[in-house]
Amino acid sequence: MMKRVNTEVLRSSACLALLAVVALAGCKSGTQPNAALKPTGTGAAIVETSGGHQVGATGTALKDPVVVQVNDEQGTAVPGALVQFQGPAGVSFEPAAALTDTSGQATTAVTLGGIAGRYQLTAVTPGKAKPASLDVIETALGYQQRLGAILADKYCTRCHDPESSAERVSNYDNLETKPHAFTDGNTLNKMSDADLTAIIQYGGPALKRSALMPPYEKTLSLAEVRALIAYTRALADPPYQPAGTVYAHK
Amino acid sequence: MQSIRKYISSAWQALFGDPVRAFGVVSLVLLLALAVTPTKEHFSQWHSYQRKYLSLIRDRGDAVSMRRRFEPGIHQIWMPELGVVDRCTTCHLGLSEASLADEHQQPFRKHPAIPHSVDGFGCVICHGGQGAATTVSEAHHSERDGEAPILPTRYIEAGCGQCHQNAMAGTPQLNLGRTMLARYGCVRCHAVTRPDGTKMMPTDHPPSLVHVADKTTREWIYSWLKDPQAYAATATMPNYKLTDQDASDISAYLISSSKPQPGDTSAASVKNASAGSATNPADGASLYGQSFCSSCHAVQNAAGNVVGGDVGPELTRIGNKVKPEWLNAWLNNPRIYDATTPMPHYRFTPRQIATLADYLHSKTDADYGANVQLAAATPQQIARGRRLIIDGGCAACHEINGVQTPQNFAPDLSTIGSKPLAQIAFLPGMEHTVSTYIVSKIRQPRAFGGAVKMPQFALSNAQTDALTTALLAQTGRSRTIPDTLRVAAAEDTNYQPAGHAGKLMTELACFSCHRINGRGGDMAPDLTYEGSSVQRQWLTDFLKNPNTLRPSLIRRMPRFNLSDSDNKELTDFMLAVYQTSAVDPDTAPSATNPPQVVEQGRQLFYSKFACQSCHIVDTKTDKGYIGPTLTQVGSRLTPAWTYAWLKNPQALRPGTAEPNQKMSDEDARALTAFLMSLKGTSGKGAKQ
Ligand code: HEC
Repeated sequence: MMKRVNTEVLRSSACLALLAVVALAGCKSGTQPNAALKPTGTGAAIVETSGGHQVGATGTALKDPVVVQVNDEQGTAVPGALVQFQGPAGVSFEPAAALTDTSGQATTAVTLGGIAGRYQLTAVTPGKAKPASLDVIETALGYQQRLGAILADKYCTRCHDPESSAERVSNYDNLETKPHAFTDGNTLNKMSDADLTAIIQYGGPALKRSALMPPYEKTLSLAEVRALIAYTRALADPPYQPAGTVYAHK
Repeated sequence: MQSIRKYISSAWQALFGDPVRAFGVVSLVLLLALAVTPTKEHFSQWHSYQRKYLSLIRDRGDAVSMRRRFEPGIHQIWMPELGVVDRCTTCHLGLSEASLADEHQQPFRKHPAIPHSVDGFGCVICHGGQGAATTVSEAHHSERDGEAPILPTRYIEAGCGQCHQNAMAGTPQLNLGRTMLARYGCVRCHAVTRPDGTKMMPTDHPPSLVHVADKTTREWIYSWLKDPQAYAATATMPNYKLTDQDASDISAYLISSSKPQPGDTSAASVKNASAGSATNPADGASLYGQSFCSSCHAVQNAAGNVVGGDVGPELTRIGNKVKPEWLNAWLNNPRIYDATTPMPHYRFTPRQIATLADYLHSKTDADYGANVQLAAATPQQIARGRRLIIDGGCAACHEINGVQTPQNFAPDLSTIGSKPLAQIAFLPGMEHTVSTYIVSKIRQPRAFGGAVKMPQFALSNAQTDALTTALLAQTGRSRTIPDTLRVAAAEDTNYQPAGHAGKLMTELACFSCHRINGRGGDMAPDLTYEGSSVQRQWLTDFLKNPNTLRPSLIRRMPRFNLSDSDNKELTDFMLAVYQTSAVDPDTAPSATNPPQVVEQGRQLFYSKFACQSCHIVDTKTDKGYIGPTLTQVGSRLTPAWTYAWLKNPQALRPGTAEPNQKMSDEDARALTAFLMSLKGTSGKGAKQ
């Protein structure tokens, strides 16, 4: 059991270097197609309908299902096409294979693995000449990152996320100096942990930036600030590559 | 026989025939015997993991220091007071190695950051499994007597819940599960005792059925019983999978046993008041909006989304359910029908009642229950209905005439999380773990046999997982943990304000939304120190006509038609009683200040502290949306409160999102002076 996991993980580490994805990358360990499924259609392409880029907790089911659509060469939906869902070790799909419905869509509920990080899931449909596939990225948060998510939701998101939700109106548009979304890897990846700690603890002026960013030193503990940083690092797109991590040589 | 004996004696001769030979053979045997343990160790699983670990770290930049920290052999964490002998770290070698944080090869990954150290608690306290084992299968997957596999990651918060009975920021799933055990009525049938001996108490409010015939019809009860979620998608009442006959008989008993609510004459008077003049549906919708009914009640909109709060029942098809007379009486004063309802007594005028009632009655789905036709009930049906009610345990939640509340109706779940596997009747093909058992029981209780009484709840997977987590935390081990490690549940107090003001607060159901002295909801601000916080005139005006303090809030304070004397009574009471010594009027800045100090405060507001990012003081220039609008704060808050708040907001309201800015006394005084100068340009607050 452990042996199998290890080899899969090793393989996935190899993919990881290539894909430059921080966490578990796609090593195709999906289940075999369900023999009971009898495809009645064949598509040429597969596109995402919904369910990508979700953020969930390790080992738990994602909130929304992943829905993909199979199209033919003209871009018309193909019903009855076989779609298989695959992902790295630890990911489970319910179902792992399905036929597209009358609107050409296939839906699966996804449970992410026990390790925090980015998961690359793949939906594959056989196709006429060669299989067509689609990659979908989901993120699993560990304990510390999830704590950060809860804190961010309470203290930070209303300024940092330009999107409003049903429960909460965003304050982003009201700010003269615009903050960056925590998903903005291009900006945040360039900031060191020390700089992030400084701006969160002592406010914008600590880095000679706007005082619209308040100081949280007396409101949040250091552990909470670290949790917030861990959370932003986990969300970063493009992914955050911590400097100095040493990978084993081959 | 002969030949075997001959063979043995010749073999004996060959090995031990002469002393030298005998000595050699004995030595060899001894040597082999001595080599058994090291050899076994060499080929043991943990040893191979240790070798793998060494080769994993060999080429890393920090290999030298990691190699220095590595100790060969079996590792053990022993904590007698916790009953822990954990050898997990024999293979999980990188648990504290920072540079293995992203290592994918298990068992070498660094443990994610949590508030506890491995040295302090070991592993199995949280993860379960067999700590003393030294093979993966025994440690992780044992199903032997008294042993159980490790807790799946998705329920790991159950580990925390063994000591922590309180709700923590880092355990949302556990918190939700515990809330649901109380909210969905689980603990009404199942006893759940915490390790400290306190019982989990229900927080739901299932309606009493002693006057149910006043409220609704037998046909509606029938349809509801058959499928509660068909009436309201958000209904928490489970589905008992009743046959048509069962539902018909139970509804027959409930209607025939119902007694009319005595002494309610208001319904008739309301009816007379509205008679003749038709109400305007648009008025009804706007009164519904102004009264902030949607803070507590949800309605499904045209797009199919359920929008609104979940304190009260969903109202999408309320017109199908309630009788017009009952609705009038309820809107007039809900406390007559149900003395403990979370719904406030709004003091609507008869005209308002008629308007709202007509509006609610328009929420009728013509298709719902359209083909339910029940013949008049026979005495046998009614008697059978009563038996079904007793068998089904309906009275565990609902008060029903002629049926007693059952005691210990369902199995005690206090230690379900460590239920021995041998005592569980797993279904064929089911994974043999307690977690799988609990999940399946919640998801499809009736799959465990026709005699199972547990009904079918309409829960999402996330809700089922949350409940499972909360139940898995109920272990035998949690009861043997030293008291010093336990964190008690923060339960509501039974605080009840005294006197006429107290009676008013009950009638207005303040505690449904506000928390005071440890009792009440969390939808609106905690009012424990409200008397120190606000000025008299403002409070009086606010109770009369609550204007919105936070424009971004969706749930708001409704308007009650309080009489002036009741208003004064409440204001006096709150100002006198809800005080804190942390706010000291004697040392605080005064309400009026020299212009240069006010100006200094204004500078601080806009530049150093940039308060405009969340607050509006000037509607023309500021746009901040997060905190309350401060255009009239000088007429609302006391200077003493404002000063104390600026110095340390969390001391006055723990958990507030307002950051503590570490303000100097001087800055806080100047800012207070500025804020106190903001009396607003219009409105009642300005004149004083
Ligand atoms: C009142 C609005 C507001 C709140 C609340 C807020 N921020 Fe900011 N934040 C800002 C603004 C504005 C900036 C941009 C400052 C600049 O670039 O001059 C900023 C900048 C930052 C930056 C630097 C990267 C960037 O986006 O430019 C980080 C990191 C950050 N905030 C983290 C946080 C965290 C963590 C929290 C919650 C604890 C938080 N912020 C809460 C307004 C806010």
